[in-house]
Amino acid sequence: MTRIKQFFSENPERKALVSFLTAGDPTPLHTVPAMHALVEGGADILEVGVPFSDPEAEGPAIQAANERALANGMSLAKVLQQVAQFRLEDSQTPVILMGYLNSVLAMSDFAARAQRAGVDGLIMVNLPPESGSSLKEQLEQHDIDLIYLVAPTTTHKRAQLILNQASGFVYYVSLKGITGAGHLDTGEVAERLEVLRSQTDLPICVGFGIKDPATAKLVAPFADGVVVGSALVNLLYEHKDNPIAGAQALKAAVAALRASID
Amino acid sequence: MSGMSLDNNYVQPSDNGLFGEFGGRYVAETLTHALDELVLLYKQAQQDPVFQQELHRDLTQYVGRPTPLYFAERLTQELGGAKIYLKREDLNHTGAHKICNTIGQALLAKRMGKPRVIAETGAGQHGVATATVAARLGLKCDVYMGAEDIERQSLNVYRMKLLGANVVAVHSGSKTLKDALNEAMRDWVTNVDDTHYIIGTVAGPHPFPMLVRDFASVIGKEARAQILEHEGRLPDTLVACVGGGSNAMGLFHPFINDTEVDLVGVEAGGHGLSTGAHAAPLNEGSVGVLHGNRTYLMADSDGQIQQTHSISAGLDYPGVGPEHAYLKDIGRARYDSATDDETMAAFRLLNRTEGILAALETSHAIAWVMTHAPKMSKDKIIVVNLSGRGDKDINTIAKLDNLQLT
Repeated sequence: MTRIKQFFSENPERKALVSFLTAGDPTPLHTVPAMHALVEGGADILEVGVPFSDPEAEGPAIQAANERALANGMSLAKVLQQVAQFRLEDSQTPVILMGYLNSVLAMSDFAARAQRAGVDGLIMVNLPPESGSSLKEQLEQHDIDLIYLVAPTTTHKRAQLILNQASGFVYYVSLKGITGAGHLDTGEVAERLEVLRSQTDLPICVGFGIKDPATAKLVAPFADGVVVGSALVNLLYEHKDNPIAGAQALKAAVAALRASID
Repeated sequence: MSGMSLDNNYVQPSDNGLFGEFGGRYVAETLTHALDELVLLYKQAQQDPVFQQELHRDLTQYVGRPTPLYFAERLTQELGGAKIYLKREDLNHTGAHKICNTIGQALLAKRMGKPRVIAETGAGQHGVATATVAARLGLKCDVYMGAEDIERQSLNVYRMKLLGANVVAVHSGSKTLKDALNEAMRDWVTNVDDTHYIIGTVAGPHPFPMLVRDFASVIGKEARAQILEHEGRLPDTLVACVGGGSNAMGLFHPFINDTEVDLVGVEAGGHGLSTGAHAAPLNEGSVGVLHGNRTYLMADSDGQIQQTHSISAGLDYPGVGPEHAYLKDIGRARYDSATDDETMAAFRLLNRTEGILAALETSHAIAWVMTHAPKMSKDKIIVVNLSGRGDKDINTIAKLDNLQLT
């Protein structure tokens, strides 16, 4: 059982707080302390962005984070080293990598190395289920969940195809747009989640556009978890010269998010 | 291997948008539905005589087709080998082949009832071609362009503004064509309900590589009929420059089953393939996924897309259309390159021998001809796609000559 499945099965009543950061941003020294601080603040699952040169689905905050991380010399191999370092002190918290297919294609033994580093799940923004079978097979051999996104524009029929492929949890994209956008319609999200629940038993986490305790609180009642990304990336960047202060700020922000959804 | 050369029946892509292992639809889930709708609508439009008549009328009366297939007699004499014909795509309205695609896609947008179109552009030719058809059909138009390219191509930026388009500067990444494409995808993901994205080349997610190829194929269809009329036989070699590869695909496609015709694509060799400063993924790249499709890319060992270099902004792109990747792998087409210097020499030669000022992109194809035509016998025939005119490049070229134009 992966740590992701374990978390959801052991905490059926708890709303999962999934927090995102881009590995190596604002500097590589920020990343591991920030991961621990997020857990201390109340995050249940860590989503770690793998920096990519062409992050097509990201809004300005995470685009900028990707550029900074690459300027700092980050690579997928270094992201895995950071996860391994995090694992030295935290063997429980699920860690998911999020990124773009070309990064993973460039590392032929990705699944094995990711498992050794302690990665539990993978989100590939630009990998549709139709093209995902060979990667899914490799990941399954190494106990890594391939987590798929469902969008507001996904038809009912196609959602079923995606859900049949998904493992770990389902990531529902709460709006038509890019990460960090600001036009979340919670009514629409609630309606769609109800339909999705009739199609799958997997937990459903909602992300894109959740930026503060208020929006998290609106979405949490009908989701199994909420994903917060751009807001945390921006916050950490405010402390680009001080990893410790950055970690403290994240811990406080996540604690406020935690309180809003409990 | 494909059965294409065996049964003379090349049909690509498959229903899921694959050309062999290339192509596909590697995009954020939000876009899938719009792409499915586009596939369906395009299929209907292809079978609708009204759509086809509208397209034909626009290509004839507005764009000025058919374009001539011109025998370049003085160039042929100068090089002393194969007979050289030029397919004069520079004579299209707006000065390049790009408008054949934008006309077709804008008509599709109209058919879908989408009041807004967006586009990415590098040199500005596709942006101008999109802004032009948007003006004509009364569509709102936003063109994404890298901040660096806006600097380099101020003439085309101004043209787009005169045409009523809004030019959006892209400051992310390398601030060039690939980043403009990323930004256009982000716009489309957000405004997919009322916006059609007119991709400018045979790349992107399915059905774009097929769609753009089909609209550009008018080039090859005409050229095939014209050379049969001039020479009574098919040419030995077709040559076209390849950035994303739309003009090459448009020329090649109607000849793919004619296996006696060699297809040659010429990529941007920049400062030379050995220097790394080029834009030649089919020559020096590796297979990966970018901008919605699987193809050859210029990427580093970590999968990061690399900076490219070319004297011509229109070829300055790290990927290439997936059908070219497929044609390369099955051996139906071959891909060579021309350096910046070879391109400039070809640009000058064509001016002096034929009085034709070709675009720098196009001049890469002429450069290949300069090298290879002299080695071919005089009874051989080459058809070159003269994909665009070079007025837009005057400032770049003057700068190389240390001239400051006002």
